[in-house]
Amino acid sequence: MNDDPAIQARGLTRQFGALTAVDHVDLTIPRAQIYGFLGPNGSGKSTTIRMLCGLLVPTAGAVEVLGHDATRESEKLRQKIGYMTQRFSLWEDLTVLENLRFIADIFSIPAAERGRRIETALAEYHLADRTQQRAGTLSGGQKQRLALATATLHEPELLLLDEPTSAVDPQSRRDFWESLFRLVGQGTTILVSTHYMDEAERCHRLAILDNGRLVAEGTPKRLVEDIDAVVIEVESDDIPGARAALSQVVEVKSIAQLGTRLHALLNRATQDPDKLVRRVFEQAGVSAKVELTRASLEDVFVAATLLGRNSNGGSQTRESGKRQ
Amino acid sequence: MISPAIAQSIGRIRAIAAKEFRQLARDRLTFGMVVGIPLIQILIFGYSINFDVRNIDAGVVDLANTSGSRALIADLQATQVIRLKEHLQSPGQLEARIASGDLSVGIYVPPDYERRKLDGDRTAVQILVDGSEPTIESVVRGIASPRLSSRAGMAAPDNRLIEVRTLYNPEKRTAVQIVPTLIGVILNMTMVLFTAIAIVRERERGNLELLITTPVKSAELMAGKIVPYILVGLIQTTLIIAVGRWLFDVPFSSNLLDLYLAACLFIAATLMLGLLISTMAVTQFQAVQLGFFTMLPSILLSGFMFPFDGMPVAAQAIAQVLPLTHFVELVRGIALRGAPIGSMPAPLLKLAAFLVIALVLAALRFRKRLD
Repeated sequence: MNDDPAIQARGLTRQFGALTAVDHVDLTIPRAQIYGFLGPNGSGKSTTIRMLCGLLVPTAGAVEVLGHDATRESEKLRQKIGYMTQRFSLWEDLTVLENLRFIADIFSIPAAERGRRIETALAEYHLADRTQQRAGTLSGGQKQRLALATATLHEPELLLLDEPTSAVDPQSRRDFWESLFRLVGQGTTILVSTHYMDEAERCHRLAILDNGRLVAEGTPKRLVEDIDAVVIEVESDDIPGARAALSQVVEVKSIAQLGTRLHALLNRATQDPDKLVRRVFEQAGVSAKVELTRASLEDVFVAATLLGRNSNGGSQTRESGKRQ
Repeated sequence: MISPAIAQSIGRIRAIAAKEFRQLARDRLTFGMVVGIPLIQILIFGYSINFDVRNIDAGVVDLANTSGSRALIADLQATQVIRLKEHLQSPGQLEARIASGDLSVGIYVPPDYERRKLDGDRTAVQILVDGSEPTIESVVRGIASPRLSSRAGMAAPDNRLIEVRTLYNPEKRTAVQIVPTLIGVILNMTMVLFTAIAIVRERERGNLELLITTPVKSAELMAGKIVPYILVGLIQTTLIIAVGRWLFDVPFSSNLLDLYLAACLFIAATLMLGLLISTMAVTQFQAVQLGFFTMLPSILLSGFMFPFDGMPVAAQAIAQVLPLTHFVELVRGIALRGAPIGSMPAPLLKLAAFLVIALVLAALRFRKRLD
């Protein structure tokens, strides 16, 4: 198998008027892996994916996909790429079978092959009993399975999935990821964007995007180990009091509540962060259990996005739950 | 043998055409419009656009009451342009009845009609016309002038009468002139709108984002979207011809094939115009607005309604850009004068040129990108 990366981007930039949606992103995405784009809405995930499949022209930078220039040679890539849009983009007034047949014909899958592939796809994605149903009447999970079935019908080398699970229930998401791992097992490279932490955790590699910039990149495990912060967990009966006390501390960059607990991210350089916090609570008269804890991927995400933004911001504190 | 690339291309066009057709068949309202719009329009147009003005309500004041004056009134009635509704006693009454809208025309024969007729210097009969209806006014002037001008009355009144009758020959019905050109007007309305929304709709529904990441080419997409509607257009053409023949007694017998050939070319041209609109509009609403925007000039300037020669130069220039102008010219030649399609190369070439230019423009405007 080819060992060249599936996707290589250098200084990829895209502006819409005054807005810079993607800002000098460098990417190297290896083959036969699931590579995740994690980022809040508007972080540039969709714009990046659209540039990768030639739908948008980069303002600056270059991107090579499967050995082709994604902008100038986008037509050559069509047969090799499967693209699943964020919004359901199949024809709602056509049946499941008609949608599959149409896509098969558009990709010039030979008639002899067509029937077999569609049958396999129907079985694989549990749609065999829905062939005559109009796509518009399918449930969210069924629509998503149909979308993946059509996106993989021509057996693409690279699958680009733009927030594929944003409208489906947890069980459907589990099944969906099982399908993705099966495809990767067959050698397909998958790029998936998401804002779910559990999904991000399943990826082989991950890029965290924020405001169009790539703020962290690596395997989920590595990202957790390398987090640029220390995480303190606080358990208290007086959560508002604890929160108020914490927000006065210069080193605290972010506070998030998890039930009766608080997660606080502090500067990595902080000396004895747990002692510092305990001292603060003593002074404020708040009784709380304080301990250093292992970072989660969400902490990594918060550290990479919020701390990056506030690095010059002094004691200003932002809370992860209130970001839009 | 055709090359595999071309075979694949044809396969993709066929797939898109089949999909469009299926969607059209499933969209009951639109499918109903395929048949409903031409039917309703030909009925409305066929009956209401009527340039033969007949049976205009008229009143008469005949103060002479001679055999000559009675004969004149009888002659006017015989044209069928006017229908004598009332006999009144004074010109004042006549004017009042016209003012109230009960009568459109008043005929006043003065007591000294016979002497005036011989005299020749003064008008013998006065006809009052409701000027608020331009067609009526011109028609009545038409029947009046040759007969009642002083000199005409002197010279050969009978000959003049015959002359006028031929002008309003009851056999020369508007339907015969109107229905063939109606094919163009109705097709122009439906075809442009069908394709004007064809691409915008897929853009709005999100289908286009998927479609443009597939190997389908712009030109294939355009072709695949036009083919089903050419069929729809031919169905509508047949419908109009059938209704025209059955309801309005329009003879379509000669060179029907030429008529269909011209219709095919015109249908393709209007569909392309619609597609061009579809590449410019961002929403379906905009597409429909733009579609309507092309419709009124087409109907007014194409020569369908008003004689082309009477238009200002600028209007004639605009008309040249509209496919309907050339189709009206073709269809009048084929259906009314019985001319073979080959004898009218100018409108044929202009329609073909429109088709090609619109195709190129649409394909250039439609790029397989989102920005």
